[in-house]
Amino acid sequence: MNFMDYIAAAPEMTLLGLICVVMIADLFIENENRIVTFWLSMASLLVTGVVLFATAPEARTVVFYGAYVSDPLSQVLKLGAVALVGVSFLYARDYLRANDLHKGEYYLLGLFGLLGMMIMMSANSLLPMYLGLETLALSMYALVAIDRHNVTSAESAMKYFLLGAIASGALLYGISWVYGVTGSLQFHEIAAALSADPGLNNLPLWFGLAFLIVGIAFKFGAVPFHMWLPDVYEGARTPVTLYLATAPKLAALALLYRVLVDGLGGLHDTWSTMIMFIAVLSILAGNFIAIAQTNIKRMLGYSTISHVGFILLAVYTGTQEGYAAALFYTLTYVVAAAGAFGIVILLSRRGYEAELLSDFKGLNARSPWFALMMLFLMFSMAGVPPFVGFLSKLYVISAVLEIGGIGLAVMMVLASVVGAFYYLRVIWYMYFEQNEDQAVLQASTETRLVLSLNSIAVLALGIVPGWLLALCIQVIA
Amino acid sequence: MIGLQHYLTVSAMLFVLSIVGIIINRKNLILLLMCIELMLLAVNTNFIAFSRFLGDETGQVFVFFILTVAAAEAAIGLAILVVLFRNRRSIAVQELNTLKG
Repeated sequence: MNFMDYIAAAPEMTLLGLICVVMIADLFIENENRIVTFWLSMASLLVTGVVLFATAPEARTVVFYGAYVSDPLSQVLKLGAVALVGVSFLYARDYLRANDLHKGEYYLLGLFGLLGMMIMMSANSLLPMYLGLETLALSMYALVAIDRHNVTSAESAMKYFLLGAIASGALLYGISWVYGVTGSLQFHEIAAALSADPGLNNLPLWFGLAFLIVGIAFKFGAVPFHMWLPDVYEGARTPVTLYLATAPKLAALALLYRVLVDGLGGLHDTWSTMIMFIAVLSILAGNFIAIAQTNIKRMLGYSTISHVGFILLAVYTGTQEGYAAALFYTLTYVVAAAGAFGIVILLSRRGYEAELLSDFKGLNARSPWFALMMLFLMFSMAGVPPFVGFLSKLYVISAVLEIGGIGLAVMMVLASVVGAFYYLRVIWYMYFEQNEDQAVLQASTETRLVLSLNSIAVLALGIVPGWLLALCIQVIA
Repeated sequence: MIGLQHYLTVSAMLFVLSIVGIIINRKNLILLLMCIELMLLAVNTNFIAFSRFLGDETGQVFVFFILTVAAAEAAIGLAILVVLFRNRRSIAVQELNTLKG
């Protein structure tokens, strides 16, 4: 171990130090000045982002006795996570102030969760992966319960905690078997052990692998381990849902990629079948159940499940192209999800929680600009060209076709057509229905600006996707 | 002679017991928390057995981390339980049914 090790992990260490500063500063801040905590948190994110840029490695660097890796993939995911957490904080701020929830906890737990995500993205061994996962998960359990007087928040936090803890247990049990068979926890050593001795590819390892996949599917929210996801999306306060729905998906992708591709890539034939079943079930169940929802947060929850199915199918292919498509899909999906939940947050006012689809009725008459932004986001999620959601689906489908999955490709296209119904219903409500509620959406200048940029980004990325796709291909290679 | 497979069998039995406990228990959330702890202990048994068998200390280090995380997890779980009880005056599993669909 030498000094260079610390440089590779500098972003995480900077963030941890800054979180401690913010936490102590928050103790001395009066409730009416809580906005200071917000700006301190944003400053911490900015500094972390700058450190990330400054310490970007030129090539894959493995440090801390092989436990930690800093490579272009982790850099891209971390930058995305830092940006998304910043955007979540900004969207959440006015809502939290209006609903007497403006405590330091939201920002602090958000930052601790980010720390966990960054550790997951850089983990090169199952131990830091597990620790990062738990740092993230424990922060999120507490975040969901942040509104202590709300019955549904408490209930959804309990469900999330129980199922999350069971998922961690299954994941750990799988890890213990992989450790027992291969004799190592580090991904490259596991991969080396598997390629050196094909005899290891046997029943005990498959047993462990099955548990690992159950744990990963739980964390992603893929069918049949999705039960917690709609409940948590609905029960948590909207800013918390926004946080859960965006950056942790990047961390889940890192978990999937590092464990299954970096570590157990040699077992692709074994795990790809399991991943395929989970993915197909997720796409079908997510899209069909979402149609029946009347709650926008729940509907977006089921929509998340279907998007997760696409990401898993891209990983199922096992090709460089597929992995790049999965990364592209995840990065662009979370941008659209951040914008959609941002608009749901704006719809709420003091004492009025807008979470029904019918709250979107007549939005165009009330706030035409935000209605247009929501139109962009819904079109993108539905996969309508020229929005980026179309391209990300296209890349996944072409990657699946590349390995001869014609049936899967047809299924994806048909499921997307079914899914378009519930996204277009939101647009129908906004433009062609009336609402007696005529309140205009209120937003601060910076929220308005960032939300607009966020929504326009899904259009801009759809028109000029080349650089992002090139980046995805480059970091996977 | 007690070998690796005996330890693994015990650990698998503990793991299955904890899953069964979670599935069939509909009365009390505290029992669920206990089942989760049992699950983590089953994993620990597995790790220790493999660590001894492989002659590699990494597994034992992992166990210490799991114990620490389990303590943190129990703290958060009980905190959420207290919040839930204050709101609903009940910790029965079958009453966690406000959210569905």
